[in-house]
This record gives sequence, structure tokens and C-alpha cells, in this order.
Amino acid sequence: MKFGVVVFPGSNCDDDMVYVLKEILKQDVVKLWHKEHTLQNCDFIVLPGGFSYGDYLRSGAIARFSPIMQEVIEFANKGGFVFGVCNGFQILCESHLLPGALLRNTDGKFSCKNVFVRAETDETILTSSLRIGKALKIPIAHGEGRFYADEKTMLNLRQNNQVIFRYCNSEGHIVDDANPNGSLENVAGICNEKRNVFGMMPHPERACDANLGNTDGLGVMKSILNYVEA
Amino acid sequence: MSDHLQPSTVQTAQKLGLLPEEFEKIKQILGRTPNFNEISIYSVMWSEHCSYKNSITWLKTLPRDGEHMLAKAGEENAGLVAIDDELACAFKIESHNHPSAIEPYQGAATGVGGINRDIFTMGARPIAQLNSLRFGNINAERTAFNERRSKGIGDYGNAFGVPTVGGEVFFDDSFNVNILVNAMSAGIVKQGKTVKAISYGEGNPVFIVGSATGKDGIHGATFASGDLHDDSHEDLPAVQVGDPFQEKLLLEATLEVIDSGAVIGMQDMGAAGIICSTSEMSAKGEHGMKINLDKVPTRQKGMEPWEILLSESQERMLVVVKKGMENVVQNIFDKWDLNCTQIGEVTKGERLHFYMNDTLIADVPAESLVLGGGAPVYKRDYKEHAYFAKNNSFNPDNVAMPDDLQKVAFHLSTHPNIAVKRWVHNQYDSMVGTVNMSTNNPSDAAIVNLKDSKKALALTVDCNSRYVYANPHIGCAIAVSEAARNIVCSGGIPSAVTNCLNFGNPYNPEVYWQFVNAIKGMAEACTKFGTPVTGGNVSLQPKQNRHRRSSRLSHTHHWHVRRCYKQAQHHVIKFQKCGRPYLPHRQFSKLHQFIAVPLLIPQHKKHICPRLQPNR
Repeated sequence: MKFGVVVFPGSNCDDDMVYVLKEILKQDVVKLWHKEHTLQNCDFIVLPGGFSYGDYLRSGAIARFSPIMQEVIEFANKGGFVFGVCNGFQILCESHLLPGALLRNTDGKFSCKNVFVRAETDETILTSSLRIGKALKIPIAHGEGRFYADEKTMLNLRQNNQVIFRYCNSEGHIVDDANPNGSLENVAGICNEKRNVFGMMPHPERACDANLGNTDGLGVMKSILNYVEA
Repeated sequence: MSDHLQPSTVQTAQKLGLLPEEFEKIKQILGRTPNFNEISIYSVMWSEHCSYKNSITWLKTLPRDGEHMLAKAGEENAGLVAIDDELACAFKIESHNHPSAIEPYQGAATGVGGINRDIFTMGARPIAQLNSLRFGNINAERTAFNERRSKGIGDYGNAFGVPTVGGEVFFDDSFNVNILVNAMSAGIVKQGKTVKAISYGEGNPVFIVGSATGKDGIHGATFASGDLHDDSHEDLPAVQVGDPFQEKLLLEATLEVIDSGAVIGMQDMGAAGIICSTSEMSAKGEHGMKINLDKVPTRQKGMEPWEILLSESQERMLVVVKKGMENVVQNIFDKWDLNCTQIGEVTKGERLHFYMNDTLIADVPAESLVLGGGAPVYKRDYKEHAYFAKNNSFNPDNVAMPDDLQKVAFHLSTHPNIAVKRWVHNQYDSMVGTVNMSTNNPSDAAIVNLKDSKKALALTVDCNSRYVYANPHIGCAIAVSEAARNIVCSGGIPSAVTNCLNFGNPYNPEVYWQFVNAIKGMAEACTKFGTPVTGGNVSLQPKQNRHRRSSRLSHTHHWHVRRCYKQAQHHVIKFQKCGRPYLPHRQFSKLHQFIAVPLLIPQHKKHICPRLQPNR
């Protein structure tokens, strides 16, 4: 499987993502420069975290119009796998590849810390190997991560089983106290209806290296590979 | 003839902060009376901030050699030590107190930007940031500003994409007016791949790269600007405005251009902007420069030559390029959508010639401007501070046992200096880069993984400002010792120190006494630990003694002892749970309105880790 990690000028988690895919999971990875118009025959596209074009206006608002995103949007519409983490999730929402929006955290502050999330479905490439309801310790680092959508969209997300992760406590219970940013229904990650586009605010790539003392994110990344091999 | 080309007066020089004898010295150097542009140049280059004129004599007494040192103190933009046979670590701390006091958000943000540029201008990729903050009473009216400062640091560092792995926050009434914002950065570079802040080779082109030059940060000269154009000073913001996105682009482009082999030398533009980088690089390379200021990309029309020379606009670099390789450089900066403009060339001789539309507006010898060259050096008088005798007569045994110990315990556990400071540091991205080994295994120093090496870095910033106030000599030695202990407790080997010395008015002998004694204590401790001081920053604030109350504790040092250690040995987390025996003591003393200093001076390295004693 060939992975492509998109690099916007303000991306800053691109190297972290490449490190996990290449050094830890031993996959074929290329970086895709934002000014390019080709996805280099990649099978799986990742939009990493960061501040795509500075994001002074609104996270991801400008990235949506970049040359590479035109290719990513076309690729996704044809059923190609696209996974956005943090800023990548914001860009996918801005690009209308995913429903909803990511608003300023309730307390108005940037927040970086370990939180717990649980998989809500195993019917996606991203969660295929995860046990539903089991708490995973995965860090967040964002100022605009409060997932919001109107009632009808939320209903659709539930009915189609599109919520892939929710914030929970260390026991896996979905409680208000475990919600770090005010997201509706503790939503931490979703997929589109066709289940080929995924976004999540927590950073699984930051929880993959045993040197850092937490490999809970590795399950997410390995799910992708297991799904392909199965 | 324009006003700024006419001979200047001693009154103008004084308004710009120069002493009358310094004005005379400039006349001697030039063999004529300097014009306004030239007097502006000397005023910033001979300021304490650039020249260290009041501190360098004492700074030179600090130990500066060590087995891991790759660059001598002051030789490069930041200290450089070997990690192993291949990698080196560039690291430095800097203050941004004054800007952060005036404009909390931008002042603190640009402090982060400036220190990171010092690191990557050498060719090192920043991998960790730390900060040390001293704020006033948390219940004071100005506390809201402190939140802006924390946010400024966070927003800049987070977007820049380098993890903030450690730091300190300390609250005290003495910082109600004069806050301290010190930022540190550490970067990694392959040995032999560093770039120097140097310029040589007649005919080599000189480029300015990065952001356009605006009227921000021209503080010294704003004072006198009224003399020139009565209405022009009002639009000069005194504090620089930061753009972390530009900084991120500049980082990537800079490292790429260094890798291309096209660079002779490079220096970032922080304090004193173009004049600082042109003079320091030229003086070091023993060459001159011809610079056309009208070629500098500016943010607004009609900027005066001295404004372009002195502007402290952020996210800019001066690059001296090998002739014939201009296109290589241009293409890389085009890729990152950054300005890249040739503004001049290297010349023979050691004079700097600045032109504005073909008119020579300043002609000065580079060497006369810089530290170690013509910049003045003073040995200031000092005398023991009046409070010191009183402090010395204090006997802790005379302090009565408090009646209500529950009350004391409650006071201590809820005190902002002891309570968890997650509310501050959660605003910093501490995990980007996936190198922070302390997130899930916290220890007393931050541990930063080096992915390409079997080693990691241990970094810490430490200082107890109250100790330094109580007894500058011993208090400062304790600061070094505390940092060393934190490194050792985390499994590291103390290797080198960068310092940030924040003191009051150097012209006040009692304040200067604090500075001198702090240096003595630092030298003593650093010598004992075998940790050379690789460089750092001095912030002496002349206006500080106007506020007697506020000058009390504003004498702070920050310490960063760092060293690689093997990953297999790391993390002594259990000890942290044993608490910090001396920490409550700090606040306990505060409760009783006295300041006590434990008489701890490092006698031997093996004693540096009291927490490793039995009964833990």
C-alpha cells in the first residue's frame, strides 16, 4: 500500500506521520507538495496536522482551494481513501468531504493533552482492528476542535454509523467531563457516508512510538494495514 | 540636504540613549560628526541589548570551556555542544521582557520567534522549546495580560511546530510591573554542517529573505523621530508583530538553502535589524558591505533610511551567497513563497556603506559597532545592597511554629506557585514532533528523543528568584545546582548551561552588586559541575529602579543544563512522587514575609542529587 502525506506550507505533523508509516509500520510513503497536481498513484492519502496556510482566517479555509486538494477531492469522490488528522480533519470539513464543522474550543483556548477516545464502530478501514468501546489514550492539540453539525446531520451520522470515535473517560464511558472541547455528543472523529473519508481531532501518530511510552494510536494505524491485508 | 544627513548633536544622541562621552567616541571613530542615520546606528549597536557593554566584563569570568563544546561562548548565535560523534545541539535562552510588558501577546510571541531563529540560522532544526515566566500577583488587575502572554507564546510556538517541553511560571508581587518572559530553544544539527554568522569574499551578493520590512520595533529612534518629522512618530509601533506561519516557511527554506551549499554566512534579524546583522557578519569576516536600502522590500511606502536600517520586523534573515549561486537561493525561496532580494554585495575593507537611491546615507566601520570591537565596555561600580545585612541577620530558628498548621497546609497547597500549572502549559503543544518522552513518563527535566540517535536530550530551566534576591551569590549557585539535580534525576548528565540574566539598572551600584554576585555564584557552581556557560542573554532594565517595590525580586536567572543520555537508562519518575522537599519551604518563607536561603553550595558532584538519598 502506498501512502501519500500532503504537505501544506504550514503543516507541522507531516514528518511525524511519515515517521510512523515509514519507520514503524514499514510502508511506502511519499510527501505530496501542496502546489502539485498529482497524487503519485498513492492508495491512501493523509492530511496531517498543522496550520496549513497559517490558518489566521479559519482553520483549513484556504487549504481547501490549494492545487493538491483539487486532486484529493477528486480522488475521494471516486472512492479513494483519505484520512485527515487535526488540521487535516478541519480541511476535510472545509472541503465538504466530511459533514459538520470544527469550531473554537468552548473555553477559547488551545489545548494539548492526552485524552481518551473509544471506537464507535469497527466498520471502517480506520477502526477495523479496534474493540468498540475500549478507551484509547491519544493526545489532542488544537484550538478549534469542537465538532458541530445541525440536528439533521447529527441524526444522519448516528443512523449511518458514521461517528468513528468519541471522547470518553479512562473506563470507556462517554461522559461530559471527558469532552475536552465541547464537541457535540463527544464526537472526536467521523467518516463520510461512503466510508472512504475519515477525520479525527486526536493525533494517533503521536501515540505510536514505544520510546514515548504510549502506543495506543498504533491500533488505528494498524487497522488500515490489516484491512488491506484481509 | 535631508535632515537625516546633517550633522547630529549630542542632545539627539542622548535622546537616543547614548552618553555624551559615547557621542565623542563616535566622532573620533568617524573623524567627523555623525549624521542622524549614523547616530541611530550607534545608539542601537551600543545599547546594552546589543553590546553587553555593562555586563561583558563579568560574563567573561564564567567558565566557557568544556569537553563537549563545539563553539565558544558568544562566537555563534547560540551555544553548540556535541551530543555524540555525529550530532550537535545548538541551544540558547533569550529574554523578551520589555516588549512583553508593553504588548503582552505580540511581545511574548516574538520572543519565541526570535530565539528559534537564533537556532535555525545556524543550520540546526529546532526540536524543543522551553520558557521561563515571572508574573505579578495572580490576583492583580494585570493578570489578564499574563494570559495574553501565555497565549502569545503558545500561538507562536504551536503554529511553528516545535514542542514546548518544559518551563517555569512564578508569581510574585515584585513582578507586578516588570514581568519576565524568557524563551529557550534547542536544535539539532550534524557536526560540520553549521553555518556561521559571517560575511566575506568581495563581490559576493547579500540577500535579505523572509518577511517585508515594516516600521515595527523601531524603539530607540522613535524617541528622536519628532526632531525630524513632527508627525511621523505616531505610527511607529514599538513592538514587533509576529507571524509564525512566515517563521515556519523561513525555517524550512533556510535549512534547505543551507543544505544547497550556496551560503557563505547567515544571520537572523532580531534586535537592531539590518544594521545588526550587516555589522556583526562583516566584522567577523573582516570585510565591508555596500547595501542599497531602497532595494529592501518594505511593507509601506516612504520609509526613512534609518527606519529600514533599524526595523525589527520579524521573520527575516540576511544571507551572504556564493557568487554565481544566486539562482539556487532564489528558487528555494520561491518554492516557499518568501521574499528573496539582493540588496547589496560584500566589499573590500571593513566599512559599511548604506545607500538610499544612490545617496550615501551612512558610512561606518563595521568593527566599531560590535561587541569585542569598538563597542564600549564598562566596569560599573557596585556596593552591597542595603537589604543584605538585614537578610544576613535573619535566623530561621527564631521563626515560631505556626499555631494553625492546617491553615499553613491549605495556603501552601493552593498557592499558585505550588499548584499544578497545567492551565498554562496545556496551551502549548508539547507533543508535536513526537520526541517528548516526558509526556507519559514525567521527570524533573524534559526528555527529548533524538530519533536518529541512541541518545536523548535532558533539558530544564530553573531558578528560584527569591533565593537570588536574598543572596545573589548563593541563590544563583543554587539555581545552577537545582538545574543539575533535575537533569541527574531524569537520568541525564549535566553538560552545558545557557543563561538569561534579568536584572535592574546597571547604573545603580546596589543593583549592579546583585548582578556581580549572581555571576560569581554562577561561575562557582558551573565550575564545580563542569558545565560551561555556552552563551545566553542579559536583560538590564535601566528604568527598573524607579519602582522600588518592583525591583525587589526582579533579579532572576534561568538555567538550562542539558546533556544527552542513553535511552535505556532514563526516567526516574518514582522520585517525583516523593515530592519536592524544598518547594513548600519557598512558599512557607513567603507566608512569614521573610526570605530564607538554605546554605547549599555544591561541594562535590556526588552530592548534587539529594533526592536519591534513602528513605524515599
